[in-house]
Amino acid sequence: MNKRATEAAAYHLMRGVTYFIVLVIAYVIFDIIRNGLPAINWQFLSESPRRSGAEGGIFPAIVGTFCLVLGAIAVALPLGMGGAIYLSEYATQGRFVRAVRLAIVTLAGVPSIVFGLFGLGLFVLFLGFGTSILAGSLTLACMILPTIIVASEEALRAVPQSLREGSLALGASQWQTISRNVLPYAIPGMLTGSILGIGRAAGETAPILLTVAAFFLPRLPRSIFDQVMALPYHLYILATQLPDTEKVRPMQYGTALVLLVLVLGMNLGAILLRIHFRKKYRW
Amino acid sequence: METATQQSAPGPAVGERPPEQLPRVLGVTRRRQLKDRFIRATLLLAASTSILIVILIFSFLIKEAAPFLKHPGFSALLGSRWTPVSFLRQTYGIYPLVAGSALVTALATLIAVPFGVCGAVYLSEVAAPAERETLKPLIELLAGIPSVVLGFFGLVVLAPWVKEVFGLQSGLTALTGALLLALMAIPTIISISEDALRAVPLSYKEASLALGASRLQTIWRITVPAALPGIVAAVMLGMGRVIGETMAVMMVTGNAAIITLSPFQSVRTMTATIAAEMGEVSFGSDHYRALFWIGIILLLATFSLNLVAQRFLKKYRMVQ
Repeated sequence: MNKRATEAAAYHLMRGVTYFIVLVIAYVIFDIIRNGLPAINWQFLSESPRRSGAEGGIFPAIVGTFCLVLGAIAVALPLGMGGAIYLSEYATQGRFVRAVRLAIVTLAGVPSIVFGLFGLGLFVLFLGFGTSILAGSLTLACMILPTIIVASEEALRAVPQSLREGSLALGASQWQTISRNVLPYAIPGMLTGSILGIGRAAGETAPILLTVAAFFLPRLPRSIFDQVMALPYHLYILATQLPDTEKVRPMQYGTALVLLVLVLGMNLGAILLRIHFRKKYRW
Repeated sequence: METATQQSAPGPAVGERPPEQLPRVLGVTRRRQLKDRFIRATLLLAASTSILIVILIFSFLIKEAAPFLKHPGFSALLGSRWTPVSFLRQTYGIYPLVAGSALVTALATLIAVPFGVCGAVYLSEVAAPAERETLKPLIELLAGIPSVVLGFFGLVVLAPWVKEVFGLQSGLTALTGALLLALMAIPTIISISEDALRAVPLSYKEASLALGASRLQTIWRITVPAALPGIVAAVMLGMGRVIGETMAVMMVTGNAAIITLSPFQSVRTMTATIAAEMGEVSFGSDHYRALFWIGIILLLATFSLNLVAQRFLKKYRMVQ
């Protein structure tokens, strides 16, 4: 009887700890929504900031973040998906594959600020792109590449081998097999996995700090060699670099909420899509 | 060339018909083969980019940091004073920054491990399937919150709380940073530990239960020890994330470059130093190069943590 009581107590403790974590997460999100919502109106979303961001809106920062994310996707998605197709469909175990895997794991662990240093050294200075959308997008692309490769490979591996064998047995070439019989079933999974990486790119501050971000630039970018404002960096500026931080609080919460909704919205979408496709394709 | 090999070969390769029997298809097959090869080569190139990027990262960090060795010399880094901007004498001793990172990381790990492991054990061994499927995405959601948003939350909500609870002059302390970082490490620890726990063969648990052990005894004496290498790997990967974290730490630790063991002091981490100072240095100066050295140290630290963690994870073939 005593033993059973201990057992129950232990389970309750573990349950308590787990729910405590969830509660903390919920509180963080709730706090940002509660304080951020009143700050958000059409003016806030569509106007340029004034007085270093203490007044006005955040429109250029939203546009800047979209530019950076689109740039990163344009580079990293084809590279990552292509690499994953090679690894899962063509490559045979060997030195090359081991080297690629080591590289992916290493990349996934590189601190974001080190990506920033790398982007500064290579793209901004060595290649002469300057602090620009181009340099920032490329840096972010390097950062999200491992996420996209790993997610895409997982999706490709989930496609049953029999689909490939059937196609090859009918005389199709390997690429025909992949493009018509494997990819159509793997693409949804590849994309949803990749969205998680892309969400990360949208929220990262450290890499763009050194490669793109403008402290205060209340206009829209004209070319990929322009500097831009970006939401995460703008939030950092508002929260720490302005003189009267208490007065700017609604602006800070508003920016935080927009960023949070953007990133979590993408992640949530990816998770829901994943559930949807898992139900659709059951092998 | 292709036709010649085809004819001399004893039988046609899989997926290709003998060309002499179907002359009109020959052109198509040939083109298809060329196209296949071209695509294969392109995909190979795409797969190689990750290797290329890793090489580029290492070489560009070294390239920017190397001139520091000639002047003022590597020994300039080995000091306990970090005063890169000074009219009297600039010093680039990184000990306070390393100590700051170490203190914050150690505290965050101490906080995150019990929560993470308990959470993982609960999710994989105790929770009902429906409960697990609800809780897991919620915890994954935490991993998605941008670090600057968490940092902002830390600055506005957590720091005043720490200040009040511990009766401090300022809430911007190593402890505040560690609490935030623990929050960031927990999802990593939970999700990898849970995978490791689930990979423990069912027969182990069944054997233990059949011998009369209770469910709790089975969990703590059989399942958790069997999954320990994976849990250790999870903790190390979580630590890697903590060491490399920049924005949240920069916003809440107060950034004083001092050597201390007290969690209630303000500290300055390596990551925060790079982020805060890189904007103001002139490119090519000693200060600039010293910041790249810090980057190299960070890279080596996370790289080795990762490498060891992968070794542990290999036990479960969780990485191919």
